[in-house]
Amino acid sequence: MIPDFTAPLIDWAALAPLLVVLGAGVVGVLVEAFVPDAVRRATQITLALAALAATVVLIVLRWGLIVGSDGAPGVSDVLVGGTVMVTPFALALQGTIVVLAFLGALVVADRTSSGQDAFAPTAAAVPGTSYEDLARRAGLQQTEVYPLLMFATGGMMLFVATDDLLMMFVALEVLSLPLYVLCATARRRRLLSQEAAAKYFLLGAFASALFIFGVALIYGFAGTVRLIGDEDKPGVIRRVLSGDAPLDGMTVLVVAGILLVLVGLLFKLGAVPFHAWTPDVYAGAPTPITGFMAACTKVAAVGALVKVLYTLVVGLPPEVGEQLRTVVIVVAILTMALGTVVGAVQTDIKRLLAYSSIAHAGFLLVAVAGINLESLRAVLFYMVAYGVATVGAFGVVTLVRERTVVPGRADGADGEDGVVLGEATHLSQWAGLGRRAPWLTAAFALFLLSMAGIPLTAGFVAKFGAFGAAVAGDLWWLAVVGVLASVVAVFFYVRVIVLMMFTPPAEEQLLAGAEARAQEAATGTGDEAEAAEASSGAEPAGGGVATETRTEVARTVVTVVGSRGPAAVAIAVCAVATLVLGVFPGPVLELAGEAIKFVP
Amino acid sequence: MTNPYVPVLVLMAVAAVLALGGVAASAVIGPKRYNRAKLDAYECGIEPTPHATGGGRLPIKYYLVAMTFIVFDIEVVFLYPWAVDFTTLATFGLVAMLGFLALITVPFVYEWRRGGFDWV
Amino acid sequence: MENVIGLAPWLVGFPLLGAAVLLLGGRATDRWGHWLGVAASTAAAVTGFVLLFAMISTPAEERVVDHHLWTWLSAGGLDVDLGVRLDPLSMTFVMLVTFVGTLIHVYSVAYMAHDPHRRRFFAYLNLFVAAMLTLVLADSYLLLFVGWEGVGLASYLLIGFWDHKRPNAVAAKKAFVMNRVGDMGLIAAMALIFANVGSVQFADVLPAAAGELSGVGASTATWTAVALCLLLAACGKSAQFPLQAWLGDAMAGPTPVSALIHAATMVTAGVYLMVRSAPILEAAPTAQLVVVCVGAVTLIFGAVVGCAKDDIKKALAASTMSQIGYMMLAAGLGPVGYGFAIFHLLTHGFFKAGLFLGAGSVMHGMDDEVDMRRFGGLSRFLPVTWITMGLGWLAILGVFPFSGFWSKDGIIETAFVPVDGQPWRAWLFGSVALVGAAITAFYMSRLFFMTFGGQRRWDDDHHPHESPALMTVPMIILAIGSVALGGLLAVGGTFTTWLEPVTGHAEHGEPVIPFWPLVILTHVLVIGAALLAFRQYAVSRVPVTAPRGSLLTRAARRDLFQDATNETLVMLPGQVLTRSLVYGDKAVVDGGWLGLGATVTQVGEKVRGMQNGYARSYAAMILTGVLVIAGVAGIAAAVSQ
Repeated sequence: MIPDFTAPLIDWAALAPLLVVLGAGVVGVLVEAFVPDAVRRATQITLALAALAATVVLIVLRWGLIVGSDGAPGVSDVLVGGTVMVTPFALALQGTIVVLAFLGALVVADRTSSGQDAFAPTAAAVPGTSYEDLARRAGLQQTEVYPLLMFATGGMMLFVATDDLLMMFVALEVLSLPLYVLCATARRRRLLSQEAAAKYFLLGAFASALFIFGVALIYGFAGTVRLIGDEDKPGVIRRVLSGDAPLDGMTVLVVAGILLVLVGLLFKLGAVPFHAWTPDVYAGAPTPITGFMAACTKVAAVGALVKVLYTLVVGLPPEVGEQLRTVVIVVAILTMALGTVVGAVQTDIKRLLAYSSIAHAGFLLVAVAGINLESLRAVLFYMVAYGVATVGAFGVVTLVRERTVVPGRADGADGEDGVVLGEATHLSQWAGLGRRAPWLTAAFALFLLSMAGIPLTAGFVAKFGAFGAAVAGDLWWLAVVGVLASVVAVFFYVRVIVLMMFTPPAEEQLLAGAEARAQEAATGTGDEAEAAEASSGAEPAGGGVATETRTEVARTVVTVVGSRGPAAVAIAVCAVATLVLGVFPGPVLELAGEAIKFVP
Repeated sequence: MTNPYVPVLVLMAVAAVLALGGVAASAVIGPKRYNRAKLDAYECGIEPTPHATGGGRLPIKYYLVAMTFIVFDIEVVFLYPWAVDFTTLATFGLVAMLGFLALITVPFVYEWRRGGFDWV
Repeated sequence: MENVIGLAPWLVGFPLLGAAVLLLGGRATDRWGHWLGVAASTAAAVTGFVLLFAMISTPAEERVVDHHLWTWLSAGGLDVDLGVRLDPLSMTFVMLVTFVGTLIHVYSVAYMAHDPHRRRFFAYLNLFVAAMLTLVLADSYLLLFVGWEGVGLASYLLIGFWDHKRPNAVAAKKAFVMNRVGDMGLIAAMALIFANVGSVQFADVLPAAAGELSGVGASTATWTAVALCLLLAACGKSAQFPLQAWLGDAMAGPTPVSALIHAATMVTAGVYLMVRSAPILEAAPTAQLVVVCVGAVTLIFGAVVGCAKDDIKKALAASTMSQIGYMMLAAGLGPVGYGFAIFHLLTHGFFKAGLFLGAGSVMHGMDDEVDMRRFGGLSRFLPVTWITMGLGWLAILGVFPFSGFWSKDGIIETAFVPVDGQPWRAWLFGSVALVGAAITAFYMSRLFFMTFGGQRRWDDDHHPHESPALMTVPMIILAIGSVALGGLLAVGGTFTTWLEPVTGHAEHGEPVIPFWPLVILTHVLVIGAALLAFRQYAVSRVPVTAPRGSLLTRAARRDLFQDATNETLVMLPGQVLTRSLVYGDKAVVDGGWLGLGATVTQVGEKVRGMQNGYARSYAAMILTGVLVIAGVAGIAAAVSQ
C-alpha cells in the first residue's frame, strides 16, 4: 500500500517534443497495420520526417522559453513527475539528436537510382532461402524501419533528459531495442547483418545488466535512484550532503555502483574496453542505420555520461570524484589509442569509420575528463560537428556500389550495364573515386578532414574545444595525448583521401579488388570478417554478398549510384554544416554556451 | 562478532566451488567417448531437423506466440500492482493505466492486421 | 559616410564573386567569362566612386572610418576583428586599383582574345583585384597579411600563366619565393607588435606607436625592429633592394598583368605598408634612414639596369623598380614625404600602366617581339600607341606640366630638405634623386626612341598594325590621366591635404636649394638626358645585335649581378643546407615517421587480433574492462589517501 499518493505534476509542454517523436512511432505501428502496401512507405517517410521536423520546432520554442527564463526553478529545469528533467543542456542535446536523426532519416529514406533502399524485403527470412527470393520478387518492404527509428530517437531524447537512473535505464532500453532490430535489416550481406544484430543484442543486454546492477548498488547505498532530486524526494547527492546517507565506509559501494552505471554508458559510447561490438555492428548494419546510430546514439550516450559524471563529481566528496575522473582518463587514453591504431590498419570503409567513431569517443572523453562546465559545452559542439560529418560520410558510403559486369564486356565502363549490388566497402574499390564522382568525393573528403580535425572544418573547432576543456580541468597532459592521437588519426583519414583522389582508378586494379572482395565474401577469408563469418557458423558461401547475384559475384566494378534526392540533401546539408561550423563556429558556440547556463 | 556479510561471502564461495568444481571434475575424471548423437546440438530431446533443401521457413509462429504472450504478460504485470493500490492511485492511476492499455493494444493490433493470428 | 560604409565589403565582394564563379564555373563560363570579369571589376569601381563621393562630402576629420564586420577568430588574448578601414589613403588605393584595374580588364579582353584560357586569366585578375582591395582596406595587420598573400598568389598564378613555357614557370616560382622572404618580415613584425601592444588592429597599434596611449607601447629599439621587419616585407613585395631580382623575370606574364600588378598596384603595396605604418617609422628614426637608403639604392639601381635592357618590358620593369625607389625614399622622409610618395604612386600607376599597355600594344602589333633593337620607326604604324606612350613618356620624365612632374618634383624637393638639421642627408639624397631623374630621362627616352623613332629594324615577316579599340581606349584614358591627373590634384596641394587625416599635417621645410632653381635644374638635366638619348637612338643607327658594350653596360644587362649575388650568397648555402636537411630528413625524420607508421600498423595488426568476431570474447573483454576500471579506481583511491 502506498501511504499517501499525490498525482505528480506533468508539464506537458516540456514533454511535447518527446511525445511527438514517440507518438509518431506509435502511429507508425498503426500505419503498418492499416495503410495499404502501395502507399505505406510514403506515409511512413512523411510521418517520420514531419514528426522530427515538428519536434525541432517544439524544441526551438521551448529553448526560447527556458533560456530566457533567468533560471527560475520549474521552468529552466522542469522535473516532470520528478523523473524527466529538461534543462537547457538536455534540451540542446535533444535538439542535436533530433536534427541528426532527421538527416539520418533522409539517408534512410533514399532508394537511390538503383530503386532499392538499404533494407531487406523481409528481415525475418533466413538468408539465402527461396522464401527470401520470393519476398523480394513480391516487392515486400520492411517499412517498420521508420517507427523503429522514431522509438530509438525518442529513447535517446529521454536518455539525456532524466535525473532518475531507473528512467535512464528504461530510456536505454527504449533506444537500444529498436537499434538491435534495425541492425538485422540490411538488404545485402544478410548474414553479417543478422550476426551484427545478435552480437549487439547480446552485448547490449550484458552492458544493460551491468548498468542496472550499478543502479541497484547505488540504491542500496542511498535509498534512491535519483541523482539530485528535489526537496521532497532528495537524490543521491542531496542525501549525501544532508548527511542522510553518510559515505563513511560505504565509498567502495558507491564507487562500484557508479562505475557500473558508467560501464553501461561507456558501452553505448563505444569506449575501450567496451567497444568490441562497434566495428562488427557498424559494418553489419544497413549503412543508413549505421550513420544514424553512430551519430545519434553517441550524442545520447556522451550527453548522459557527461551530465551524470559532472553531477556526481561536483556533488560528491573530492576523493570519490578523483577516482571517477581517473577512470575516465584511463578509458579516454585507451580509447584514443586503440581507435586510432587499429583504425590505421582497416581495409573496409565501414569498419574504418567504426574505428574512427571509437577514436572520437576517446576525444570526447578527453573533454569529459575535464569535468567542468567547459566539458559540457565542448561535448555539445563536438557532437554537432562529429554528428553531421558521420551522417554525411555514411550517406556517401550508401551511394558507392558494386555493379556486375555483363559477360563479354570486360571493362564494364558503360554505367548502364549490369546489376547494382551492395556497397563497395573495400578500400581498394575506392581508389580513383574522385574522377567518377568529384562532388561526392569532395564531400566525403570534407567529412574525413573534419573528423581528422583539420582547420576550417567543424572538426577542428570541436577538437580545439574538447582539448580546451581538458586543459581547463588542469589536464593539459591529457590534451597533449589527445593531440598526439589526433596526429595518428590524421594518417588514416588522409590515406583514404589520397586513395580516392590521387590513386588512379586502374580498371585492372578495380577488378582485382572486386575479385578479392568477392573471393573474400565467398570463402569467408579476409580480415575480421573471417572470424565473423566463421563464428556465425552457417553457409559460408554467399553470406556476404547480395542475395540476387549468387551466381554472378566474380566480376564487378565500382559504380556510384545517384541519390533519389533525400540522401543528396542530407549529404549536402552535412557538408555545408561542416564547412560553416568550421569557418563561423561563433553562433553555435554561443548556443552551446547558453545551454550550460543553468547547470546546477 | 564478525561482519554480518561474512555468511554471504561464504555462500558465494561455496557456490563458486560447486559450479567450477563440477565442470573441472567432469573434465578431469569423466570418460571421453564421443559419438554422433553426443556431438549433435541438444534441442529439447527432439532430433535436430536440417533445413529443407533450398531453404525453408522457420517455425515463425513460435515467435508470434512468444510476442503475444509478452504483450499480455507485461500488461498483467502492471495491472496487478495497480489493482492493489487502485483506490490510492485514484483518477490519476486510472487514466495512466488506460493510456498504458491503449499503447499496449497497438502492437496487438499490428500483429493481428499483419496476419499474426492466421495460424491455419 | 556612415550610411554607405556598408558598401565597402562589396569592393572585395564583387571581384571575389567574379573569381569564384569563373573558377568554379569551369568551361561553362568560357563564352562570357571575360565579360563577367570586366563587370565584376567595374562594379567594384562604381562602388569605389560612390564611396569616394561620400568621403569627399564628409568633413576631413571624419574621413577615417573603421567598419567592424565580424570577429574573425578569438584565441586567448588574440582577438582578431575582421573589418574595413576606409580613409583617404585606402580610398586612393581603391580608386587606383579599381579604375586602372577595370581599364586593364577591358584591354585584356582584346589582348587575350586568342588565348584558350582567357576565362582562367580573368578569374585570376579578379582574384587579384579582390586580394589587393583586401590588402588596402584591412583594418589590421593580420587581414592586411591575408590580402598581401592573396596578391602574392595572384601574381604567382599570373606570372606563370603560360606555365607550359619553362622560363615562365621558373619566373613565377622566383617571384613567389622572393616574396616569401619578405613575408617572413611581415609575420615577424606582426609577432613583435602583438607581443608589445597586444593587438594587431591599426586602431590599437598606430596610436601606441605614436605614443598616444598611456601604458601601451614599446621602446625605440622595438619599434626599430618592427619597422625594419616591415621594410623587409615591403622590399619583397615592391622589388626593392635587396629583394628586387624577381621583378624583371616577372615580365614573363601577359602584358596586362605586368601593367596592373607589376607596375600600377601590387608592387606599390610596400609603399602602402610604409605609409600605413607611418607612426611606427616615426618612432624609429634609424629605420627611417634605412628606408631612405633602400629607396635611394633601388632608385639608382633600377635606373642603371633600365639603361642597358633591350627587352622593352624588362626596361619598363627596371623603371618601375626605380620609380618605387622614389616612393620608398619619400616614405622614409617623414610626414611631408608620405603625401608625395602616395601621390607619385598614383600618377605612376597611371603613366606606367599606360606605358605597359602601350608596350603590350606594340608587342601585339609585332607578333610578341619584345627586343627593342628589332623595333624602330613604329610611330607611323601605331599612331595611337605612339601618342599615348609619348604622353606617358613625358609624364615619367617629369616634364612640366605632365603628371609626373608634380609628384616626382615634389619628392626631389622633399629630399633636399634637411632632416633633423643634418644638411648632409639633404645633399646626399637630394642629389641621388636628381641624378636618378636624369638617368630615368635617358633610359625612358631610349626606350621611346628605339621603339618609335629611327629606322625600321624589323624583318618583312612582321606587319605592325594598330591594336583594336578595346585596347586603345584604355590606353587613351590612361594617357589622359598621365597628362592631367598630377596637375589637377597638385594645384593648391589638394592631394596632400586630402591625405592629411592619415599622414597628419606637416609643414614643408626649406630645401637646401631653393624651389625655382631646383625645378629649372631638374628640367635641364632631364631634357639634356633625353636629347642625348635622341641623338644616340633616333638619329644614329641602332645595331640590331647588341654591341658588347662597356663593363657597366654588361653588368647592367645582367641586372648588376643581382642573380649571381643571390646565387652565391643565398642559393648555394641554401642548397647545401637543404641537401643536408634532406639527408637528415630521410635518415632521421622519415625514419622516425615511417617507423612510427610501421609501429602503428604492427600494433594495430596485433590488437586487431582481439577483434575476433566472437560475441563471447567481446563479453569477456567487457568483463575484463569492468575489473580494470575497478582496479584503476582502487589504485586512485589508494594513491589519494
